[in-house]
Amino acid sequence: MDRKSKRWLSAGTAVVLAATLMAGCGGNDKNGGAASPADKGPGGGAAADKPFAGKSISLVTANHPWADAIKPLLPEFEAATGMKVNVEGYFEDQLTQKLTVQFTAGSETPDVFMYRPLQEGKLFFKNGWLQPLDEYVNKDADYDFADLSKSAVGTATVDGKLAGIPIITEQEILYYRKDLLEAAGIAVPKTIDELVAAAQKLHDPGKGMYGFVARGQRSPLVTQVSSFLYSEGGDFMNGDRATINTPEAIKAFTTYGKLLKDYGPPGVLNMSWPQAFGIFGQGKVAFLTDANSLYKNATDAEKSQVADKVGFAPFPAGAAGSKPYNITSWGLAVNAKSRDKEAAWAFIQWATSKEIVLKTQEKGNPGARASVWDNPQGTTGFPAELVEVIKMSVKGGVDHDRPTVINVGEARDAVGEIVQKIITGEANIQPVADKANEALQGVIDLDKNK
Amino acid sequence: MPYKWFDRNLKWIYVLPAVAFVLIMMLFPILYTVRISFFEWSMSAITPPKWVGLDNYLSLLRDERFWRATRSTLYFTVVALVIEVVLGVAIAVLLSREFRGKNLVKTVFLLPMVATPVAMGLVWLLIYEPTIGAANLLLESIGLKPLLWLASPVQAIPSLIVVDVWQWTPMIALIVMAGLATIPSEPYEAADVDGAGRWRKFTAITLPLLKPTILVAAMLRLIDVLKTFDIIYATTQGGPNLATETLNIYGYVLGFQYFKLGTASALLVLFFALVMGLTLLLVWLRKRVEGQYD
Repeated sequence: MDRKSKRWLSAGTAVVLAATLMAGCGGNDKNGGAASPADKGPGGGAAADKPFAGKSISLVTANHPWADAIKPLLPEFEAATGMKVNVEGYFEDQLTQKLTVQFTAGSETPDVFMYRPLQEGKLFFKNGWLQPLDEYVNKDADYDFADLSKSAVGTATVDGKLAGIPIITEQEILYYRKDLLEAAGIAVPKTIDELVAAAQKLHDPGKGMYGFVARGQRSPLVTQVSSFLYSEGGDFMNGDRATINTPEAIKAFTTYGKLLKDYGPPGVLNMSWPQAFGIFGQGKVAFLTDANSLYKNATDAEKSQVADKVGFAPFPAGAAGSKPYNITSWGLAVNAKSRDKEAAWAFIQWATSKEIVLKTQEKGNPGARASVWDNPQGTTGFPAELVEVIKMSVKGGVDHDRPTVINVGEARDAVGEIVQKIITGEANIQPVADKANEALQGVIDLDKNK
Repeated sequence: MPYKWFDRNLKWIYVLPAVAFVLIMMLFPILYTVRISFFEWSMSAITPPKWVGLDNYLSLLRDERFWRATRSTLYFTVVALVIEVVLGVAIAVLLSREFRGKNLVKTVFLLPMVATPVAMGLVWLLIYEPTIGAANLLLESIGLKPLLWLASPVQAIPSLIVVDVWQWTPMIALIVMAGLATIPSEPYEAADVDGAGRWRKFTAITLPLLKPTILVAAMLRLIDVLKTFDIIYATTQGGPNLATETLNIYGYVLGFQYFKLGTASALLVLFFALVMGLTLLLVWLRKRVEGQYD
């Protein structure tokens, strides 16, 4: 390389470096490339009827039927308000992870997001990531906040503050195969004992038929064993005391574990709801207990070979009656650092208004508004039989389906271990339960300092 | 004037981007992790991290679950690595001969490696499904009893090893094939003259000359197997009953499910030390092997 061109090279390098540095600085002024508004020109100039003209919010959803139902309705909202809504969707686990990372970094986005009040609600709220919504909900009388079910709102409340607005409610129910019960002359089980007896009768592994299936994976099973626990008169905790080693708890866990061990298909230990519904939909199982909000997995002909043979029944009764969980599984919340909380709230107010909840519920998403459930149109999205079961389940329901602590993950694992040990055939379960109870107590005790 | 300065420092300026990248994207996160490992922190914006000294490390060392994860990690790593190296070398030697359709076979062998691990995890999850999966269909069709695969605490790790072997043996084979290409032909000709058989040629010429290459391949693979996360998380999430919970999975659970960032960081620091230690061991081994031929 001769002297002259080398000099040019140096000069060029200097310029390139300087430009890169400046570009880098410029990038830092904005709040992350992906979330920056994508609107090229604000829609329309009539500011009066479009209070949020030119503004935009980002919405992060789970990959959930509710998100699929709300997306087609967004253009209408955007046209009415002038606001642009940027949507991103994630699977449940990735959603928690993404939100956690973004909030830890103090990000102003997303403005609005779906979250699971019982799973992350307490932690998110106590970490200061959620904007309390108490002062917003009563601003507009037409919104009619009192119309939202009390237990659903209770689930979304932390330390007396409203952390989010419920969008999906669910209860645990019993799914069964109408044809099999009819052929065997068995009545639909009304008690847990009847369920065990019926599962035993219909269990015929030699012919590839199994009596019962439900979630068997350590953490996922906890929510579904909860209704067994309540119906036998137990709970995860009593005040500040862990109670998963009481006789009632052991009885409930044993019933659930033994149903899966003795009358379940092979491999239940690695099953969450997709696998459980999958094998039920293959027509290989007689009974399934899980959330009613997932019913489409059993009745959709594309996913299920027994779509027209599925029956629904209220959760069977134990020693304390039929006590399924009745909870808010998903809510919408506002980022405490959101730049435009008014716009964020305007979106939630719209998405959870009577009119829109009716529309999302018509597509099979059980909402939290009493008026929509009372409206005949509001139940058209569900099989008539299921509507009856839902109405019954809501009455006696319990407002949580897992230990209500900050560190839900660790608490769930403690409970799940007991049930998994039963499924793997551990005969002496009391010491396992005592140890798990100690672990759960540790999680509860940590909460007190926060 | 500035030209002259640039001129003199050109060599530094050119490595600057790479150095900056290493500092910002690699060194900083590691140091930050080490720092957090001395704190108790749930990522709260309200409660700041609390200094707890070595508590996180001590609680881990007393934690049964940590030791269980360590054992699972080593079990998975050692078995998978040994099988992959043996099979990888065998495949490389077979593929180094000339035969018809060689390129096609080579390409097919490399396919598992380029597939997305999470997608492959989901495919294997279906294959291993005890009731409707292909694995049990195959077993039953040859008259064997069906297995539980991933749903059994005992069979879960071996099942995952099969997936890892299926996916990553090609990488060892690829590296070893490159090594085979560099072996000169003279020793073989000399061996022919001396009347050595095929097996003798393999053990006395091919293997010794390949040793450095095999060790490099094993080292690269070792680091990756230890860190395996994707296929385990996609298939079992560490279950059933923690049977497949490796250190990496436990770290993820501590961080993103229990939100114990301090403990998770301490675990990752210990894990880093383990990976480092095993890697240095292999480096040392390689030096010794290479020293033999100096």
